Amino acid sequence: MPSSPSSSATSRSEPGAARGAGPGTAPAIRLRGLETRFGRNVVFHDLDLDVRRGEVLGVVGGSGTGKSVLLRTIVGLNRPTAGRIEILGEDTARFGPAAWRRLDARFGVLFQDGALFSSLTVAQNIQVPLREHLDLPPDLLDGLAAMKIAIVGLPAEAARKYPAELSGGMRKRAGLARALALDPELLFLDEPTAGLDPISAAEFDRLIADLQRSLRLTVFMVTHDIDSLVTIADRIAVLVDKHIRVGTMSELLKDDNPWIHAYFHGPRGRAALAPKPEEA
Amino acid sequence: MAVVAGWVRTSRKDDRLVVAAGGSWVVATTAALDGPLRAVDAADARTVVIDLAAIEMLDTAGAWLVVRTQRALQSVGRTVAVENLEPTFVPLLEQVVQNVVDGPPDMHPPPRRFGDFVARIGRVTVAQLTGGAALVGFIGLVFVTTLRTIRHPSRLRLTALFSHMEQAGVNSLPVVGLLSFLVGIVFAFQGADQLRRFGAEIYTVNLLGVSILRELGVLLTAIILAGRSGSAFTAQIGTMKVNEEVDAMQVLGLDPIEVLVLPRLFAMMLTLPLVAFFANVMGMLGGAIMAWISLDITIPGFLRQLRSALSGWTFWVGVLKAPTFAGIIALTGCYEGLRVSRSAESVGRLTTRSVVESIFLIILADAVFSIIFSYLKI
Repeated sequence: MPSSPSSSATSRSEPGAARGAGPGTAPAIRLRGLETRFGRNVVFHDLDLDVRRGEVLGVVGGSGTGKSVLLRTIVGLNRPTAGRIEILGEDTARFGPAAWRRLDARFGVLFQDGALFSSLTVAQNIQVPLREHLDLPPDLLDGLAAMKIAIVGLPAEAARKYPAELSGGMRKRAGLARALALDPELLFLDEPTAGLDPISAAEFDRLIADLQRSLRLTVFMVTHDIDSLVTIADRIAVLVDKHIRVGTMSELLKDDNPWIHAYFHGPRGRAALAPKPEEA
Repeated sequence: MAVVAGWVRTSRKDDRLVVAAGGSWVVATTAALDGPLRAVDAADARTVVIDLAAIEMLDTAGAWLVVRTQRALQSVGRTVAVENLEPTFVPLLEQVVQNVVDGPPDMHPPPRRFGDFVARIGRVTVAQLTGGAALVGFIGLVFVTTLRTIRHPSRLRLTALFSHMEQAGVNSLPVVGLLSFLVGIVFAFQGADQLRRFGAEIYTVNLLGVSILRELGVLLTAIILAGRSGSAFTAQIGTMKVNEEVDAMQVLGLDPIEVLVLPRLFAMMLTLPLVAFFANVMGMLGGAIMAWISLDITIPGFLRQLRSALSGWTFWVGVLKAPTFAGIIALTGCYEGLRVSRSAESVGRLTTRSVVESIFLIILADAVFSIIFSYLKI
């Protein structure tokens, strides 16, 4: 058997590593000239973004700059007013319901509070995508759900519980297990650490980094949490002035945009950046 | 995405069994791989080698199958080696190895039994009784708060009162009016049809007058307002509970009964009689038009007959019930709203409940009124 892995957040496999015999080298997500507006309120305009395969992209921005709108637009919950969205090499513009269904199986989304179906147990929640997209016998469903529950670090008893019986952190882990149920190539996270205490937040960051490495996921993570960015993001995208700027942490630290400067050089930014991220 | 099929082949070399795996071992192919893997027969082999050299794609589901097969063979005393996995897949397999749960997972709620049914009856009974006690407590609380407000009328929230009067009263006029009008037409038509056989068409007017003024006008209004405003009360207050707004009120020194319940209660009690009056008028209008069309009873003739048909009490019997029904609707709506817990799901459940309960109580109260009025001979 292979030896046990050393879990360090920094020694990650190189970004962009192709996943298995996955198709091509097209970026996981490619946005071109994207525009979204609600009525006369333009959320973003002429937005270009490439998310490379195998990287963790952290998306930050002030409140109301449309981070969540961007995520919802990419996964198809909002229609963009203009522009092109390619996910895993497929242009979603003329997608019909069947094409979306196929694509839906290839990415997972973790919503802010887990968005678990409240009438189902955790195990049943995880089995929803499996039942919907595949025809598996019951013992396989149970075995896979039990493994997913263990992978996200939930105790085995959690399988039988209903979402209302779980704490916020456990709900997020269960939501992550459901997002990973079909072993997607691409994972969207909406504020994964919001509402968690610092210890749980750090654990959750480590969990995502660990899974990202072992399952070779591409992660699109909307966040407010500078600590998360420091620990797990390969690159950071900042939404400012209806556009997006992408760079590594060190590049953005040199950026002189007032908001970016305030974000990374404010008291919280400095605190998160001050000690070099250590090996966990 | 085109998925290459996964495959399993077994071959023997002396007492070694080689299980060769290849192709896609992903969640989409697990169902197909499950059978062959269970059928692997290691009866007279001492060691088993799971050879993963030909695997092209692997995800956690495929890795889980590998580990499950390995553990199953180990549990019957075979030595099992997993070999030749492409290095890029090694972390994935390790991740799964650490997290495979042995044994049949116990993850379903136990099936229901007869005992559960009995226990449920008991639970529901206790819940009903405690709920009833809480309701009495709530009514008392509202009563005391009402008395305090009467002593200090300036504490009544007038803006809220008028806003609720507008929502429950003015805005409900079109639907109440239309429905009463239609009920008037239907009653006149059906009544005329039956009474014509006795040559007593003119008594259609009496039938209309008594049934609409005494019963139908106010009952119809109350039921519509229970559905329209009672549910809105529960949903509004319930949403405030979910957002912790009610808690915030209490911490700020505001009394939720005074701020939320009293304006709704008073608004309901003031407007329901007025809306019921409007419903009576519209119902009579519908009846009069139908009588005119199908019975040739002119409007003045209709009014003359109506006056002779009604005793002084007929109208008041109907209108007197209105404030009681209003109280039932407002109190049930607010009470269920305040019972909402912090989950959004309970808002929906209690809203439904509030409507069903208030309609039930309205009809119950109407029956009680009928008994009382028949004793009083009015």
